[in-house]
Amino acid sequence: MSAGVTTLPKRVVTEAEVITQRQMARDVYFMTVAAPQIAADALPGNFVMVQTGDGEAHLLRRPLGIADADLAKGTISFIYKVIGAGTKKLTALKNGEVLSILGALGNSFSFSFNKPLLVGGGIGLAPLLYFAKCAEGADVVMGGRTAADMFWTRLFKPYVQNMFVATDDGTMGTPGFAVDLLPSLLQTGEYDGMLAVGPTVMMQKAARIAAKFDVPCQVSLENRMGCGLGACLSCCVKTVDGMPKKVCTDGPVFWAREVWA
Amino acid sequence: MTDVDLSVDLAGLTLATPILTASGTFGYGEEFADFVDFAKLGAITVKGTTLKPRLGNEGIRIAETPSGMLNAIGLQNPGVEYFLQTILPRIRELPTNIIVNISGASSEEYGELAAILDKADGVAAIELNVSCPNVKDGGMIFGTDEQALTEVTKAAKRQTNKPVIVKLSPNVTNIVDMAKAAEQAGADALSLINTLLGMDIDVERRRPLLGNITGGLSGRAVLPVALRMVYEVSRAVQIPVIGMGGAATWQDAVKFLLAGARAVAVGTANFTDPTTTMKIVAGLREYMEQNSFSHIADIKMT
Repeated sequence: MSAGVTTLPKRVVTEAEVITQRQMARDVYFMTVAAPQIAADALPGNFVMVQTGDGEAHLLRRPLGIADADLAKGTISFIYKVIGAGTKKLTALKNGEVLSILGALGNSFSFSFNKPLLVGGGIGLAPLLYFAKCAEGADVVMGGRTAADMFWTRLFKPYVQNMFVATDDGTMGTPGFAVDLLPSLLQTGEYDGMLAVGPTVMMQKAARIAAKFDVPCQVSLENRMGCGLGACLSCCVKTVDGMPKKVCTDGPVFWAREVWA
Repeated sequence: MTDVDLSVDLAGLTLATPILTASGTFGYGEEFADFVDFAKLGAITVKGTTLKPRLGNEGIRIAETPSGMLNAIGLQNPGVEYFLQTILPRIRELPTNIIVNISGASSEEYGELAAILDKADGVAAIELNVSCPNVKDGGMIFGTDEQALTEVTKAAKRQTNKPVIVKLSPNVTNIVDMAKAAEQAGADALSLINTLLGMDIDVERRRPLLGNITGGLSGRAVLPVALRMVYEVSRAVQIPVIGMGGAATWQDAVKFLLAGARAVAVGTANFTDPTTTMKIVAGLREYMEQNSFSHIADIKMT
């Protein structure tokens, strides 16, 4: 099965200057850095490994999905959530400070669909934002806890045709989960592909619904990583054929039926 | 300016520089092709290879610790036949030496692997992994018992004329005894240290973090332990020692050489920065120039 996978981009390690960093919601930050070589190569779905600090106390880089790349300005952007000590350190970076970035890494989403439906939960919407910008005319289903977390609607608005929102507490859009909106949307027959990114349970549910409507579905997996280059084998996941695949270089984008039966 | 020669001899192999990569941290070399000039590496040591393919451990396999990391990959690899047929042809022509790290469940398996690799064109040396802490069948048991270590080393030596390097475990009471046992059994060189057995615990879930419960500690945190062991072992054996464990800078590499190592392997630091080995080679050359050292052997304790 072809994974709609492109050749891996040329990878570099670069000292990237922080252009902007702003808080979007509780624990969520938007950061843009100058990284012209990566911006020139980055495709939607790619990620980078960023160093948090000087590489002494925290030896391992953190994987961050690329939320935007601007070829003209030579910048790339991340929208990231504070998870532990490493990502917490990232939030302290001020404009003009530099961080070491390794990228662009991994494969990318398929552009073979005429009308894809993007489905994102929380921070999983970040890589889909870059896809929406490149694809234009996609529709997006977004889910979050509460209206205060849904800054995403502002970010997606310029690039998509239709937005469908669900929040856990019903303070914006339909009360409930993003996946609850999928059956009626896929029923229309308008969509010939789905890209789902978010918590594993959400992606598995989305993939099951897509399969029911015979719509091919790609997902983007996350895992703890060591190198990001396919060397350390820390991030391997089992696939349906029983063979381990590396999230960093075989993914992070997989066809749902490759990874979940 | 002094003419600096970084080459060293290791058990009959000529290494362009004393900087190597440690098994399991550099894949098969090709993963790092965008970042290194292989001609500046004395050798690359490929991922631990077994007779049959291994899927590795379930659950979380890696955890960052203060200035270090734990891994419990579990020797995931496609097996020696796949390595020879598919991977080796791709990397054979790299302008460096290829050392294949092997692991078995019995001394017979080590012998069998050595026999298979003995015939492989492009394999410069064989490193015996007798110190993997992350698998139940074998691995570290061979590296923590003098008798077993002797048998495994002899089994491999009987089957190959290529240099056999024995990778020692630090998880022993006296590493010098293990080093001497390996030397007496015919080892051509020693590499040390493998990872230190450790663990981490998830306080929210209140259970061990790694799927394998325990894992191998590596990175900056282990450097002083590695230096001490290389220092002690180098003084006790005649065969060359490859020092490893936490090396991330040229100063670390010089410390290993001063401790008595013939060469230095870089491991975890390849994850922190894939260009680490190149920075170390450049720094080492500059250090030698500044001190008017023309050969690596000139780097020694005063």
